[in-house]
Amino acid sequence: MNTLSKELTHTVLYLDGISVSFDGFKALNDLSFVVVPGEMRAIIGPNGAGKTTMMDVITGKTRPDVGTALFAGQHDLTKLDEASIAQLGIGRKFQRPTVFESHTVRDNIVLALAGKRTVFDTLFARATEEEADRIDRVLDTIRLADRAGTMAADLSHGQKQWLEIGMLLAQDPSLLLVDEPVAGMTDAETVQTATLLKEIAKDHSVVVVEHDMSFVQDLGVMVTVLHEGSVLAEGSLDRVSADERVIDVYLGR
Amino acid sequence: MMMTARFLRLTGTSGLILLACLAAAAIYVPVANQFIPETSLFHVSTASVVVFGKYLCFAMLALSIDLVWGYCGILSLGHGAFFALGGYAMGMHLMREIGPRGVYGNPILPDFMVFLNWEELPWFWHGFDMFWFAMVMVLLVPGALAFVFGFLAFRSRVTGVYLSIITQAMTFALMLAFFRNEMGFGGNNGLTDFKDVLGFDLQADGTRIGLYLLSVLALALMFLICRGIVLSRLGKVLIAVRDAESRTRFIGYRVEHYKLFVFTVSAMMAGVAGALYVPQIGIINPGEFAPANSIEAVVWVAVGGRGTLVGAVIGGIGVNFGKSYFTGALPEIWLFALGGLFVVVTLFMPKGILGVLSQWRRKTAPAETAASTAPRTDEKAEERA
Repeated sequence: MNTLSKELTHTVLYLDGISVSFDGFKALNDLSFVVVPGEMRAIIGPNGAGKTTMMDVITGKTRPDVGTALFAGQHDLTKLDEASIAQLGIGRKFQRPTVFESHTVRDNIVLALAGKRTVFDTLFARATEEEADRIDRVLDTIRLADRAGTMAADLSHGQKQWLEIGMLLAQDPSLLLVDEPVAGMTDAETVQTATLLKEIAKDHSVVVVEHDMSFVQDLGVMVTVLHEGSVLAEGSLDRVSADERVIDVYLGR
Repeated sequence: MMMTARFLRLTGTSGLILLACLAAAAIYVPVANQFIPETSLFHVSTASVVVFGKYLCFAMLALSIDLVWGYCGILSLGHGAFFALGGYAMGMHLMREIGPRGVYGNPILPDFMVFLNWEELPWFWHGFDMFWFAMVMVLLVPGALAFVFGFLAFRSRVTGVYLSIITQAMTFALMLAFFRNEMGFGGNNGLTDFKDVLGFDLQADGTRIGLYLLSVLALALMFLICRGIVLSRLGKVLIAVRDAESRTRFIGYRVEHYKLFVFTVSAMMAGVAGALYVPQIGIINPGEFAPANSIEAVVWVAVGGRGTLVGAVIGGIGVNFGKSYFTGALPEIWLFALGGLFVVVTLFMPKGILGVLSQWRRKTAPAETAASTAPRTDEKAEERA
């Protein structure tokens, strides 16, 4: 027990024996893995491997049938709702860029900014200079400073993805979950996104789910391969791509 | 100077025009009624003053719907219920005001209770003899219903068309309940034969003008309250909920709290509208709960321009004016004319009258960014997420 709790406090995310089934279909099957502080992890796997369900479990959208999901070694994620989990410090980027289309880029960031989230706090909230500075810094990071006043709906697909990443940054979470950040991006945008994520990973733990192998290569981080709801292999991309089973289910096709 | 700038920001350009129009109407109508001879074209009859007052109450109802629907995406098809409850609370006070002047001359019991051979006042009629108590109830009863209803619905994440259907069911159930004599609200006939309010004779010109002016004032105030809400950071969260509810949740907002807040505030506004409506019209009956009423009110908002507030007021007044006009001018086919109007608006003006106006203004003055908060026509983003 002692060693376990010691181990736990050194994790940002701790998943153990998670199973989820929908109408008999096992989306997750005894899934276990751990993310340590400051780590960036890539999750790959064929369609239906359970990547999105895993994110749903971590962010409180789906409740697992069995298993343990702990954040920072102490918060039980299976008992909290989306808003509390977000406030604890887990940010999530959707597969499809989801931003507030009829708000400006700046207002999107304002809403995501870490701060009080109750009805009365927001009713009487005033914009402060400190806030403005933080917003400017985020806008610089995601390279949208010159589009601050643009309606989010008028951004390009890639820019929307960055805005959404920017919203995550503004939230200042300790763990970022990023679902297929480069889907539908041009090659140039993909490279820029990899740089952006690496920058972010300097002071956040990041979990990236991605299909795009060259992008995962660009990131150069530890890879976890999911298959049929459980972990098939773990290691550097070179190592897992040499793994026979991985080639069978995924890479070799 | 600072104050003026802040006030301008609060109203917005179109809002300022609206307030100016309301101020002009507040001055012109009483003056034209009292001082312009009846033979003149510019005279406003007392009957018309009442009709205008009625339109203003409808505009308030439209405004309250726009706050929840236009800004938070909650399509309530039961707002007529909050309007009617506010009206009943006011009606109960007016009934108690009649006192011994009723047909049966009972100093405590309203006529319909005497008629039903009731011996004493039901418990929920106590306190309504006091004006202040009735006014508190005008806010509290619709607010409490909205709070309880919203608490259950939003906590279970009932959204979209399902929510609309249960709001319809709510108003329908209330209508059936209020039709029953045993409920103690006058059954079929509702509450009527009011005599006076705070000692002012309801039939007197002065009282009618007073109520009309009060309606103008209430509408202006509600508009400013709505603008205050919509412009605050809370207003931004509401729009965020409307456009991408799960995104809002995942950045840490308790969406159900925000919905509950705005739904309750909106219901209270609808209640005030109903409370001002009843003394001017002189009757409140269960027909006000009819589901069709609530749907019609949503149509006013759609016609005027959803998510603009000013548009809701234009729609509430405009459509009802059109309705009155068509009933007079085309008695046989007025329903078709009205229906045609709705079809035209839905097909050719998806953003309502105000949308067309601001588009036209943008063409003439391209630099201006108008009506930016109005919802976009493609709302598929949320469904796909």
